[in-house]
Amino acid sequence: MTAPDRREQLLAVWGNPPGLGALTAVNHTSIGRRFIITGFLFFLVGGLLAMLMRGQLAWAGGQDLDFELYNQLVTMHGTTMMFLFAVPAVEGFAVYLIPKMIGARDLPFPRLSAYGYWCYLLGGLLLYSSFLVGQAPNGGWFMYVPLNAKEYTPGLNADFWLLGITFVEISAVSAAVEIAVAVLRTRAPGMTLSRMPLFAWYMLVTAFMIIFGFPPLILASVLLEIERTTGWVFFDAAAGGDPLLWQHLFWLFGHPEVYIIFLPAAGVVTMVVEAFTHRGVVGYTWVVAAVVSMGFLSFGLWVHHMYTVGLPPLSMAFFSAASMAVAIPSGIQVFAWLATLFAGRPRLRLPLIYVLGFLFIFVLGGLTGVMVALVPFDSQVHDTHFVVAHFHYVLFGGMVFPLVAGLYYWLPLESGRRTSEALGRLGFWALFVGFNLTFLPMHLTGLLGMPRRVYTYPEGLGWEWLNAISTIGSYLLAAGVAAVLVDLVVHFRGGEPRGRNLWRAGTLEWLIEAPVPPYNFVSIPKVNERMPLWKEKQLAKQTHEGEGYLASAQSGRRETFGTSTSQGKPEQVVILPASTWIPLLAAVATLAVFVGLLISEYLLSLLGVGATVALLLWWAWRAPYDGHPLTIDAGHGLLLPHQGATVQGPGRWGLAFTLLADATAFGSLVFAYLFLWTVAPAASWPPGESLFTASLWAALTGFAALLGATGVAEWGYRGLRRGLARRFRIANDVALALILLFITLQGYWVVEALPNASEHAYFSVVKAIWSFALVHAAIALLLGAFVAARVLKGNCGPERPLEAAVARDFWLFSGGLGMLAYVTTLGAPFLL
Amino acid sequence: MKRRVPALLPLLATGCGGVQSTLEPHGPGAESIAVMWWVMLVGSAIVLGLVMVLAWMGVDRRRRPALGTTHLIAAGGLLLPAVTLTVLLFYGLGPGAAPHLSGQDGEPLRVEVIGHRWFWEVRYPGANGLAVTANEIHIPVGRPVEFQLHTADVIHSFWVPNLGGKMDMIPGRTNRLILRADRPGRYRGQCAEFCGAQHARMAFWVVAQPQEEFARWLALQRTPARPAEDAAARRGWNRFVELGCIECHTIRGTQADGRIGPDLTHVASRSHIAAGTLPTSRESFARWITDNQRVKPGNRMEDFSHIPPEVVRELVAFLVTLQ
Repeated sequence: MTAPDRREQLLAVWGNPPGLGALTAVNHTSIGRRFIITGFLFFLVGGLLAMLMRGQLAWAGGQDLDFELYNQLVTMHGTTMMFLFAVPAVEGFAVYLIPKMIGARDLPFPRLSAYGYWCYLLGGLLLYSSFLVGQAPNGGWFMYVPLNAKEYTPGLNADFWLLGITFVEISAVSAAVEIAVAVLRTRAPGMTLSRMPLFAWYMLVTAFMIIFGFPPLILASVLLEIERTTGWVFFDAAAGGDPLLWQHLFWLFGHPEVYIIFLPAAGVVTMVVEAFTHRGVVGYTWVVAAVVSMGFLSFGLWVHHMYTVGLPPLSMAFFSAASMAVAIPSGIQVFAWLATLFAGRPRLRLPLIYVLGFLFIFVLGGLTGVMVALVPFDSQVHDTHFVVAHFHYVLFGGMVFPLVAGLYYWLPLESGRRTSEALGRLGFWALFVGFNLTFLPMHLTGLLGMPRRVYTYPEGLGWEWLNAISTIGSYLLAAGVAAVLVDLVVHFRGGEPRGRNLWRAGTLEWLIEAPVPPYNFVSIPKVNERMPLWKEKQLAKQTHEGEGYLASAQSGRRETFGTSTSQGKPEQVVILPASTWIPLLAAVATLAVFVGLLISEYLLSLLGVGATVALLLWWAWRAPYDGHPLTIDAGHGLLLPHQGATVQGPGRWGLAFTLLADATAFGSLVFAYLFLWTVAPAASWPPGESLFTASLWAALTGFAALLGATGVAEWGYRGLRRGLARRFRIANDVALALILLFITLQGYWVVEALPNASEHAYFSVVKAIWSFALVHAAIALLLGAFVAARVLKGNCGPERPLEAAVARDFWLFSGGLGMLAYVTTLGAPFLL
Repeated sequence: MKRRVPALLPLLATGCGGVQSTLEPHGPGAESIAVMWWVMLVGSAIVLGLVMVLAWMGVDRRRRPALGTTHLIAAGGLLLPAVTLTVLLFYGLGPGAAPHLSGQDGEPLRVEVIGHRWFWEVRYPGANGLAVTANEIHIPVGRPVEFQLHTADVIHSFWVPNLGGKMDMIPGRTNRLILRADRPGRYRGQCAEFCGAQHARMAFWVVAQPQEEFARWLALQRTPARPAEDAAARRGWNRFVELGCIECHTIRGTQADGRIGPDLTHVASRSHIAAGTLPTSRESFARWITDNQRVKPGNRMEDFSHIPPEVVRELVAFLVTLQ
């Protein structure tokens, strides 16, 4: 086959449909592009809100914006930048770049990427629709209670936030799961972990941080929304709750969030430094170790947002030390970049200039971060403009500058053209000077006593001139953003053609020709080096002429490799789904769930849940490998099974990572239970008469049924793996009956033993734990029935065990969850 | 920052004479933190300078030392922060660095402060009776004061930058904060935790005065309100009852015992009204009564814009007698 034929065939299989059909796209290049563009649009909107606020604060006594609008702006600015810009934008970079860097043709769950994108877009629009009804969230982006409880925020403001953000978070978590699986399981043959581009390492750690970091926030949001709408108690101190529970859960998310935003950006910095010094980073292992340790450390710092709530000094000393310890992995990265500058041959082009700007701003922000990690100093500057300055240095400097560097670096890959160096430098200086002019004086504003989130301030406190400078600086900063934007947009038309590998970079994405084809690689190269393009001059030619693996799409399906985790050894051919309406439809159905909750039309929510579940089942039913021969010729004599014929398909890994997030959410709920227990006065937990005797027979029988269901299901699965299809079918049926019995009995017990959850936090949190466990049992039931149907249809069985393996993992998980629910709610009070 | 700091220094020296500045300390709590700031500022400037000089040398291709090895990473990324931060940690958490959290010598004066949307209730318990005031806290110079902090509604944060760090007021809890003023003076405090509509106008004044002066003030605050004597003031009191002001405000010694708004027993003795929003004067009282939703929008008091001017004058005549 000739090279043009090959391309035509690949394009037919991988291309998006024209016109409206573009809405069905699932390809990572399209989805990544959409994430990035949408993210930057939200950045502009969030920036506009900030400009309005800066206008108000330009002089003392400003009242052009009333307190209500200002409080909405300040809340939505933070919310937008964190949830609608920063996280989606870095995930967009990863969605777009990761497969290209690791030599894959797409992400492992293309429909999930598309569903995530639509959840993000629709969730963002839902959140912003609050402005249309004049009830935008106004309680601060960290939504402290009781300010955002029903009593003090009776409107829909807080509900818009809680529901909108939870909706958006679906996309954050699903993209994280997908990125983790992609990096670990779909690299090009020969790309061992130690040959992986550092950006992939950074994204791998980031993905796991999202998997562990977002569930506490999602759980807390759900609990607060329940408290607001049903009167169950979690945070109300008058009925056994505690407002500090919210703060713990929020910052348990909130601090890792900062690193979730920073790490991908630092990954971009590393790639830019490598490309523009024409040298692999000095101390690759150092950097990997630093990034991984940063991921771990970031979960031990959350209390440094709570130094002023009155915690014991010893615990604050611990968190203070942990917060400072983060300076070490940060320092290692900074000095690794510096060492690389010395070791290589730096070319001071625009992306590297942005990196230098980043270095100044980020190091400064890191140093003020060390300052606020110190308890006494923080007690003065906490909640002042000093902190506002600090986190803008870390987030704007640490994230936006690298992201712009990344745009200047990779946009030529996308557009096939060069950007203008002159306009780009002008934009850089406007951004850099504007940024520092805005935020450097703000440190002093805070030290002079100006609290954050004040919509106006009196004269005579020495704040006027500083605020005036900040406002002028912010307009310059906005001009810089405009200049960069113009440059980037214009270059799509006027820029010179880039040729292949414009920057002479070393990583696989620069093998790809312009315009970027949806299949990325005509054939998948074998990787022998960390910087393959620098070492193997023939690699581009070989890849494009189809001399690599999977050199065509003769099967008519989208194919990429499934490789082993550490060695990158090919294990399977992953057959991927093509464009479909399902993700968009499922996202719209999910939107109906959230809108119904928002406007208290619970029938709509119920219909939405039904439609979403139906669509997800249809989605799973149409597995891309159905009816495909079990073995595929990957070229060069490599015969591999497709993923459905193995038990190590990406789907199983994806489920495992999803369950990590799920377990974290459940863990957060158990944390809430134990936390409220420890702060409760003696003898008030549980309050009043014991609930342990009420309908205990139902709970005990339910326990036996759950144990039986889990055991029988496991026995059946093991049979399937040994080829005993009939044993599997029977066991599956028995397990389904038993789990149904469990749901019925335990549901009955919850209703009987916990009549009125709004009386006391104890009842609410026990009821929440059981709701969590029962929903999981119901999902297990659904999955079991689904697999039974797949077996009947012949799409699942001893030769095609993937779905049975996935369902089995979920059954074990939800069985374990149920046992834990028994232990915490019925066992622990007896034991302790 | 390397280049900007020298330019800022003179400004700092002259520009921070603020009554709400952490850099002009008037007590041991604020003092040690201000020193901590200057120490860390110098240290940070050195580190930032070092990094930027290295970066500059790194991109300058003409003359470069051979620093491109992992030794640089070990020295700059591991050794430098490990050593400096250990020192800093012992300095920052060592004894004496945070007297506002750990207690101070001497028997402290106890003052209870309750955060309300959007004012501060201040209570002085004592064997000689309870004194209640609002938005103005008098303390004796040189004696530690233990503030017992709680809230009537949402979370607030009690902060007097000239004297020390802040402490949150959280539903269901009582937090303690010990501060001491070493010099007589008037120090401004402000709510630091976002608390809704008028978070921006929730200020108060701390008045530090010599012991005898303070004792006189406290004795006066403990007394019930002196009954209004002249006719206009008496009519004002009647209006105060008729208009329902007594539902929300307490005036000790009278039938007014509302708890929603601030205690007004000695309101005219305070320097400001409405939590630092207006200086106390006849005009301010009048403006507040008729126009408070413009002065401090969203505050929880009704706007009495509909009442005739002579009634307002009578009310003001009564209020100014509450010395």
